[in-house]
Amino acid sequence: MNKILAIAGVVIKELYRRKDFYVLFVLTALITLLLGSVNFFHDDRIARYLKEICLLLIWISALVIAITTTARQIPAERENRTIFPLLAKPVTRAQVITGKFLGCWLAVAVALAVFYLFFGVISGSREHAWPVLKYFQALWLQWTMLAVVIALVLFGSVIFTSPAENVTICFFAVLGILLLGGHLNTVALGQKEPARTMLYTLYFLIPHLEWFDVRDIIIYDWPRIPWLDCLLATLYAAVYVVVFLFAAWLVFRRKVLAT
Amino acid sequence: MLALLFGESRQLFANHFFVKADISFHSGYYPSIFDEARQAEENDNDVSHPDEKEEPKSEGGFLGPPTDWIDRFGRHFRPTLHTHLQGGNIREILPWLRISAELDPHRIEAYTVASYWMRKHLGKVDEAEQFLREGLRANPDSYELLFELGNLYYDNRHDAGRARNVWLAALRLWQKQESGKGMPDNYSLDQITVHLAHLEEQEGNLDRAVEYLEMAKRVSPAPLQLQKQIDEIKQRLPRAGALSSH
Repeated sequence: MNKILAIAGVVIKELYRRKDFYVLFVLTALITLLLGSVNFFHDDRIARYLKEICLLLIWISALVIAITTTARQIPAERENRTIFPLLAKPVTRAQVITGKFLGCWLAVAVALAVFYLFFGVISGSREHAWPVLKYFQALWLQWTMLAVVIALVLFGSVIFTSPAENVTICFFAVLGILLLGGHLNTVALGQKEPARTMLYTLYFLIPHLEWFDVRDIIIYDWPRIPWLDCLLATLYAAVYVVVFLFAAWLVFRRKVLAT
Repeated sequence: MLALLFGESRQLFANHFFVKADISFHSGYYPSIFDEARQAEENDNDVSHPDEKEEPKSEGGFLGPPTDWIDRFGRHFRPTLHTHLQGGNIREILPWLRISAELDPHRIEAYTVASYWMRKHLGKVDEAEQFLREGLRANPDSYELLFELGNLYYDNRHDAGRARNVWLAALRLWQKQESGKGMPDNYSLDQITVHLAHLEEQEGNLDRAVEYLEMAKRVSPAPLQLQKQIDEIKQRLPRAGALSSH
C-alpha cells in the first residue's frame, strides 16, 4: 500500500506543479464573476443562471483535468524512461496502475474541492442559503463518476499509442455517454432488428455516467438525493473502475516497454 | 458584437435560450430531444401561456413508466415532478429571455413573455415597459408588442387613454399585416378586440364595446360566450343612451 501511495503522491505533486488546474480555475472564476456582474432587470436575487453556468464550467474543467492528467501518466513515464527505474524497484505493474489511478483520482478531488468551494461561495452570496450536504452529494457523485473516467483513460493509455489519441477518444466516449447514454433505450425502441438489439446491448454495457450528473438537483433546488441511492451509485461506479483497472493491468503486464 | 460572434446562428441560439426559460420554469423537468414530447412542449411552452392552470404535481408525466432498471434507478438523480415556478422564483427565467432577445431582437415572444411575468408577478412595471420599448425599437410593426404594452398601461398604470391608443395602433397593424393572409393570427385579433371591448365597456362606451366584441366573435374559439356578453351590453345600451341624453 505504501508503494501505491508513493506513486499516487508523485501524481498529486504533478497536478499542482502544472498550470492546467490554475488556468481552468481562473477561467471558470472569471467567466462566472463576469456573468454574475450582469444586471438583469435590476434584480440581484436571480441566481439559477449563474449556478447553471458555474456548474457547467466545473464539469468541463474537471473532465479536462481528469482526462489530460491521466492520459499522460504512463506514456510520459515511458517517454522519459522513468518507468524503468520505477519497475526496477520492488514495485509490480499492478501497483503502478493502482498508484497512478489513485494519484489522479485524489488530484481531481483536490481540484473539485476548490471548484465547489468557489461555487458554494458564489451561490450562497446570491441565495443566502448554504445547502452544504447537497453540495457534498454533488461533489461526491461527480468525483465517483470521474473515478470511472480515470480508470477508462488509464486503460486507454496502455492501448493507444499516443496520449493525444487517447484523450480525443476518451473525451468523445465520455461526452457521448453523458449526452446520449440515458437515451439509448428510447432510440433503440424506434429501430429495427438487429440495430435494436445492438443498441440495447450497448445501453446495458456502458457505464451510465449521466446518473452522476445531479446539476439539475442543485440548480433548481430539488430535495437531496437519498443517501442509499448515492451508495448504490458509488458501488455501481466501483464495479466499472475495477473492470477498467483490471483490463489495464492485463494489457500492461504483458506490454514490452523497451523502445 | 453578438452578430459578429454568432452570425446567422444567433437565431438558433436565441431559440435554445428561449427553451431554457421554459426549462427553468419547470425547474429542470423537461423532455429531452429524444422524447416525443419535446416538440410539442417547444411549440406550446408553458412559460408563454401563463394564464393556464398549473397541472397537478404528478410523477412520471412525459417520462412514462421506467423501461428497465437503469432507467428506474437513473430517475433518482434528476427531477421527475412536473412543477411550475411560483412567486418571486419566476425571476429565474428572466436572464434566459433577455439573452434570447439579445441574440435575436426579432424574437417577439421573448419580450412579451418577460414583460408579462415582470409586471404581473414581480412588480417590475418600469423594467417591463423599458424592455417592451426595446422590442418595439427593433420591431416597430409588431402588434403583439403593442398589445402587451397596452396591457401594461391598462393593468399596471391604470391609464385607459394610453392603453386605448396603443391597442388601436395594434389593431391597425394587425389589419394591415394579417387581414389578407390565408391563415391570419386570429388569436391576437381576438385578444386585442376583447381587451378593447372591455376597456370601452368600463369607460361607458357601450356601442363601441359591442362593435369590438362583434369583431372578436368572428375569430374567437368561443363565439357563444362573446354573444352572451354582447347581449348583456345591448340590454344596457338604451339605458345608457337615456342617461347620456339627460
